[in-house]
Amino acid sequence: MNSIAVTADGIGEAGASSPEAGLDIHDHSDVKDYETVGEPFVEDPKMSARNVNVYYADKQAIMDVSLDIGKNEVIAMIGPSGCGKSTFLRTLNRMNDIIPICRVEGNINLEDQDIYRGDQDTVLLRARVGMVFQKPNPFPKSIYENVAYGPRIHGLAHSKAELDEIVEKSLRRASLFDEVKDALDKPGTGLSGGQQQRLCIARAIAVSPEVILMDEPCSALDPIATARIEELIDELKERYTIAIVTHSMQQAEVGDTKEVFTMPKHELTENYITGRFG
Amino acid sequence: MSKESFTNTAAIQASLKKRYAREKRFQWYGRLAVLTGFVFLFILLADIVGKGAPAFTQQYIKVTVEFDPDRLGVEPGASDEELRKADYLGVVKSSLRAMFPEASGRQEKRQLYRLISIGAEYDLRDYVLDNPELIGQTLDIWLLAHAEAGAYLKGQISRKIPEGDRRVKDIQMQWLDTLREQGRTESRFNTLFFTEGDSREPELAGIKAALYGSFFTLLVTFLLAFPIGVFAAVYLEEFAPRNRLTDLIEININNLAAVPSIVFGLLGLAVFINFFELPRSAPLVGGIVLSLMTLPTIIITSRASIQSVSPSIREAALGVGASPLQTVFHHVLPVAMPGILTGSIIGMAQALGESAPLLMIGMVAFIMDVPGGVTDPSTVLPVQIFLWADSPERGFTEKTSAAIMVLMGFLIVMNALAIYLRRRFELK
Repeated sequence: MNSIAVTADGIGEAGASSPEAGLDIHDHSDVKDYETVGEPFVEDPKMSARNVNVYYADKQAIMDVSLDIGKNEVIAMIGPSGCGKSTFLRTLNRMNDIIPICRVEGNINLEDQDIYRGDQDTVLLRARVGMVFQKPNPFPKSIYENVAYGPRIHGLAHSKAELDEIVEKSLRRASLFDEVKDALDKPGTGLSGGQQQRLCIARAIAVSPEVILMDEPCSALDPIATARIEELIDELKERYTIAIVTHSMQQAEVGDTKEVFTMPKHELTENYITGRFG
Repeated sequence: MSKESFTNTAAIQASLKKRYAREKRFQWYGRLAVLTGFVFLFILLADIVGKGAPAFTQQYIKVTVEFDPDRLGVEPGASDEELRKADYLGVVKSSLRAMFPEASGRQEKRQLYRLISIGAEYDLRDYVLDNPELIGQTLDIWLLAHAEAGAYLKGQISRKIPEGDRRVKDIQMQWLDTLREQGRTESRFNTLFFTEGDSREPELAGIKAALYGSFFTLLVTFLLAFPIGVFAAVYLEEFAPRNRLTDLIEININNLAAVPSIVFGLLGLAVFINFFELPRSAPLVGGIVLSLMTLPTIIITSRASIQSVSPSIREAALGVGASPLQTVFHHVLPVAMPGILTGSIIGMAQALGESAPLLMIGMVAFIMDVPGGVTDPSTVLPVQIFLWADSPERGFTEKTSAAIMVLMGFLIVMNALAIYLRRRFELK
């Protein structure tokens, strides 16, 4: 389990081998001299970013980030609002493509394949790198349809029975099945916020992605719903590689990462955690 | 509580009074505005209904008709062909003369004949064709009254008007009074209004041809404007790059929505009729012209509706790997549909009520026949209203209002449909 901190001039902090993590990408142009603490790179990464710069028109949102995401690890990114965490996450499955003024430089590889190469198919990429968004955004269709949509458009199920099975399995993995099994034909938008977010997670895992990106998945939820999603993320790491952006110290602080928060080794990280930032 | 805050409270209370008074005043302005609107609407509707309602009844006169073979010019047992050519007008005339033998001189006789609609002769023909055994018999038959006679029977013509100023003369009034006393007049629901095309005779004129014309025209309009409009909106909103060209297109679409409709009629005349040589007066050309007129409305409302679809739905669809096209058709369009349909139906309602551009392409011609397709010459409801409003006969005044009532009925139905569809799609 890792967390990463990256400073304005693009310094990653921590990787799989490094316990002191906590990613904060911030925008203080006066602060130039941060350095990477720890090891942001791992052996045989699932995804790797090298010297990534992202611009919105003329404004640079991310400066020179290099970072690896190891297989079956949960990498948590924390940092102040507007520092580019979400932007970085969205470059990983090219969701930024739909923003016309957004420009990405540098290399991002998914298993040694450059996803920004000309012939990379974004549809395929997004099937391999799924995403859960900040605000729960189920389709305004039934719960069943929400989960079945991905497998159906990708032709993953060859029969109704197979599709039913995928839907049930996905809902079970998102620990939502028992709550909705009698209401699969009810609209997904009628669920509570926490249930909606778990439905979105079920929808994302229904296409069996290799990586799941989560952009502050709990920011709109109450503590109890948040706790359930956190448990879920902990379970999901068995099967998937997960990159998560969060404002919750608890979420970033999983397993041996705890050290980051209790005994920060880097002054910048300490400043952020203790609230002395900016 | 400190002294300062106490003074504040007093000041706020003082200003509150003023603020509430302002709010009250504003509410009253609003109520007044709504009331004024309703009063005008009521006056308009009351006027139209008051004028149009009599058009839904028609007067019939019971005439003792003698089917005299000599007068008809046929033998009993004559073929259908011979019966068709028989002189039914002569029979009507002689029957009337027999009922009112006091009518003498050409002038009076002509006035006597004018009690009955000229359509009566065709009714008699059809009646005899159905029952050929009637030849040689005498029986009472209800015949449609002439429009002027009907107007007198409905009580629309006052005897106080000097005889020279009215089209129903004193002697005709006497005859009609006699017929009424004998129980030989009757008021019936006007079915002809819905089953006949236009006619020079008010009592025979109906809106069926115009209704069919409107239907065919709107059909063409819908089939062209809806798909083109929606696809244009989808492309411009979801796929087109933002550059000078698309900006220019957007400005042009917005401007087209404000172009006077008669200009579209001129365009239709110049391009579709003169250049492409499509048939004149046809719903096909009318529909094309109206679809040009409706397109901007549909495109603008569809774009607004597509724009208002939450981007999170698009992200969600793209996030599970839907292609941009799948995103649009599976997720954006279904959510945008209520708005698109509302806009389209409002556009179609505009097209239904439009007359100016259709005048330019010849749909103002006098057409009696019900059109059978999109290339048959026809007219539409609003143009029919325009034609009737232009006619001097009293009978057409009430027809005009009655046709307006029918047109408004269709508009209400269409708007109700828009609301219904909107609710239905929104519930999903």
